[in-house]
Amino acid sequence: MSKFRKALLGAALIALPATALAEPLGLGRPALPEEVAAWDIDVRPDGTGLPVGSGDVSTGEALFEENCAVCHGVFGEGVDRWPILAGGEDTLAEENPEKTVGSYWPYLSTVYDYVNRAMPFGNARSLSNDDVYAITAYILYLNFIVDDDFTLSNENFLDVEMPNAQGFFFDDRETAEIPLFTHEPCMTDCSAPVSISAHAQVLDVTPEDAAAAERRRAAREGGEVAAAGEAPAEAPQPEAAPQPEEPALDPALVEAGARVFRRCQACHQVGDTARNTVGPHLNGIVGRTAGTVEDFRYSPALTEAGAGGLTWDAQSLAAYLENPRGYLPGNRMAFPGLPGEEDRDALIAYLTSMSR
Amino acid sequence: MSEEETKEGRPGETRRGFLRSAGLAVGGAALAAGSARADTPDPLITEEQPWGQYLGDGVDAHPYGMPSRHEAHVVRRNVPWLTADTTSSINFTPIHELDGIITPNGVCFERHHGGAADIAPADYRLMINGLVERELVFTLQDLMRFPRENHVYFLECAANGGMEWRGAQLNGCQFTHGMIHNVMYTGVSLRTLLAEAGVKPEGTWLLAEGADAAHMTRSIPMEKALDDCMIAFKMNGEALRTEQGYPVRLLVPGWEGNMWVKWLRRLEVGDQPWYHREETSKYTDLLPDGRAREFTWVMDCKSIITSPSPQMPILHGAGPTVVTGLAWSGRGTIERVDISLDGGVNWQPARIDGPSLPKSMHRFYFEFDWDGSELLMQSRAVDSTGYVQPTKDQLRAIRGTESIYHNNSIQTWHINTFGEAENVEVS
Ligand code: HEC
Ligand code: HEC
Repeated sequence: MSKFRKALLGAALIALPATALAEPLGLGRPALPEEVAAWDIDVRPDGTGLPVGSGDVSTGEALFEENCAVCHGVFGEGVDRWPILAGGEDTLAEENPEKTVGSYWPYLSTVYDYVNRAMPFGNARSLSNDDVYAITAYILYLNFIVDDDFTLSNENFLDVEMPNAQGFFFDDRETAEIPLFTHEPCMTDCSAPVSISAHAQVLDVTPEDAAAAERRRAAREGGEVAAAGEAPAEAPQPEAAPQPEEPALDPALVEAGARVFRRCQACHQVGDTARNTVGPHLNGIVGRTAGTVEDFRYSPALTEAGAGGLTWDAQSLAAYLENPRGYLPGNRMAFPGLPGEEDRDALIAYLTSMSR
Repeated sequence: MSEEETKEGRPGETRRGFLRSAGLAVGGAALAAGSARADTPDPLITEEQPWGQYLGDGVDAHPYGMPSRHEAHVVRRNVPWLTADTTSSINFTPIHELDGIITPNGVCFERHHGGAADIAPADYRLMINGLVERELVFTLQDLMRFPRENHVYFLECAANGGMEWRGAQLNGCQFTHGMIHNVMYTGVSLRTLLAEAGVKPEGTWLLAEGADAAHMTRSIPMEKALDDCMIAFKMNGEALRTEQGYPVRLLVPGWEGNMWVKWLRRLEVGDQPWYHREETSKYTDLLPDGRAREFTWVMDCKSIITSPSPQMPILHGAGPTVVTGLAWSGRGTIERVDISLDGGVNWQPARIDGPSLPKSMHRFYFEFDWDGSELLMQSRAVDSTGYVQPTKDQLRAIRGTESIYHNNSIQTWHINTFGEAENVEVS
């Protein structure tokens, strides 16, 4: 590192024009202590930034199941393609290394800092300090780093040593690669004749691209390239005749609802290409019997509610979205609820528009 | 042919030069191209066309103009199987469709860790805190009162090409090389901004933090911050796009894209790096012995032929053919680009055209007379430090196949006799 620092410092000294020493212009205003405290949440490996607090493994387990397991799995094993948080010990030098908190992360402070700033995904900054200590303790437990009776606090935080703490070193390309690759480029007879050793088409994992397919057809068969594969951006759309029995939706409300729907997007999709992700797709949700999307594994609570006659309409949706757990105890939606009535109305208008 | 000639020579001379030095069988191909003739008059010329008779759209038909509707296929694309959800995902710039060096704003690739934050300019705040004389808060209005600078820089995701380490995988340079864009930014240097707060002598590191739902953070050494880092509020003349960090993002020229924190809300001065998630769990390069490089910031010198490429076959058959592509280096400018048609055995210089700016994309062209035979086409860039873009095998010998990031190796396209290109590896 020191070598790099010296090199950079040298460069900086030459490059730094007089503006480095510029006098302040007096712009901006002093940050208040409360403001700095609200945003300065970062934690460093030496413990700087850790708030006072504590939490134990079993509290962490309950919090994790409630807030994290839908994506990361109860044991941190990762559901579908959501990140894996545990396991992978001794795999780093193998062919398919599994990089997890336990097998790869060098510092525990990174777990606290990251969970506190970014998780649960789609509802960041919703956990208390004690919650984050407890969840961090549970993630350590999932990785066999602590026992099940462990309590993590700001006081014993630095005692925890991560298994891969020694696994990193500062970028050494400067010495390990650059000298090898800095030379006069060879121009002729640089190697023996070569042949193809691997094809991408064998794997064929490239997404569909209609325009490229059409060009390849033209290359093979000759002739002009037909118009671009995708629909023109501004092709005239025939106005859909309004259905008389359905009350018109306020477009501004629908648009506001589309914005509120971002809070649902981590788990739900709507629209032509919608599929089930963490939650079921929400096409046609208004008027749909609860718990009835095929191929989605609902909680017993939601399936039973549907069998008992619960149909999603503006009223039941509003009640469910205000307080998912209170309205339907035992359902698995890890979403704290939408307290604002305006947000709920807008969202339901949007979902209604997507259900027509 | 000297390099001088290819860079400076007039197009005609250059092409003759290429034909000579390429030593290709020009006879047949050139004749075929020259003998194209029409037997019947072209109705597009002899008959009146609707656009020549009737009025088109008036002004204001599109208060914010969009590309021609015939270009609707020129779009960013993602690889759905890569990630669980688009809110934590990446898509790719259609570099195969573009020319010149500037990437249009609407097709600059996107990478989000918690979706794209939507922040009204009036709600925007930037805080500077930590080891400074004065902890400060700025509004967007405040930031617009500092002296501004304009610079063109490439932004490349460290994972660009990351799917290709184990073998040729994705068939299209959009997918193998499209995590990059090149934009002219307008903004304020961190030198100027940090002077306002007054960095204390022990302040050797800077933490940049985003306002989005990921609250993205990265540690940046103060030397780099004071060298050429900036905050930007304009890209290619207009406000940043939402997905590029509107209203304010950080620029860390020549260094990996993840550090260019979008929706920037805070700069904290400290005396050590923070080792946050994006500089430990991610953006560290795992080597074959199970240890990993950390803080691999600089983007090494790299180039790619964008046409022909798998999404851009040669459509015209044998004859005069334009090969074009992009080259860039996080350490400076591009000194030269060479082209091989035989998988790297022999090379000929390409012509760099357009501005040659440090830490910016360069555009190269190679005009040659294709005889219609199969080719193994490669480009190889050399930067202003004399670094020569390596082959994938050279990199794999050092880094193995699991390091994900910083794959700057030479790409091979196999061109078949139809002119179709395929992503292949050679040995
Ligand atoms: C809706 C799905 C979802 C939920 C719920 C969720 N996460 Fe995540 N988690 C993600 C995604 C997506 C990422 C990667 C984000 C990115 O793109 O940077 C992630 C990343 C992580 C990581 C870093 C993984 C790595 O290897 O770098 C940790 C640790 C983590 N989550 C912990 C938690 C905890 C603790 C909770 C509950 C408090 C939680 N997550 C809830 C989706 C989720
Ligand atoms: C963290 C993930 C997550 C978020 C965020 C989330 N949901 Fe859900 N949602 C789920 C899951 C999982 C279920 C299935 C619950 C079950 O089976 O008990 C569900 C179920 C539902 C259902 C019932 C579907 C049916 O077929 O009966 C509705 C309606 C719904 N969610 C709407 C929303 C809306 C609207 C939002 C945003 C305001 C939202 N959800 C946010 C995960 C989520």
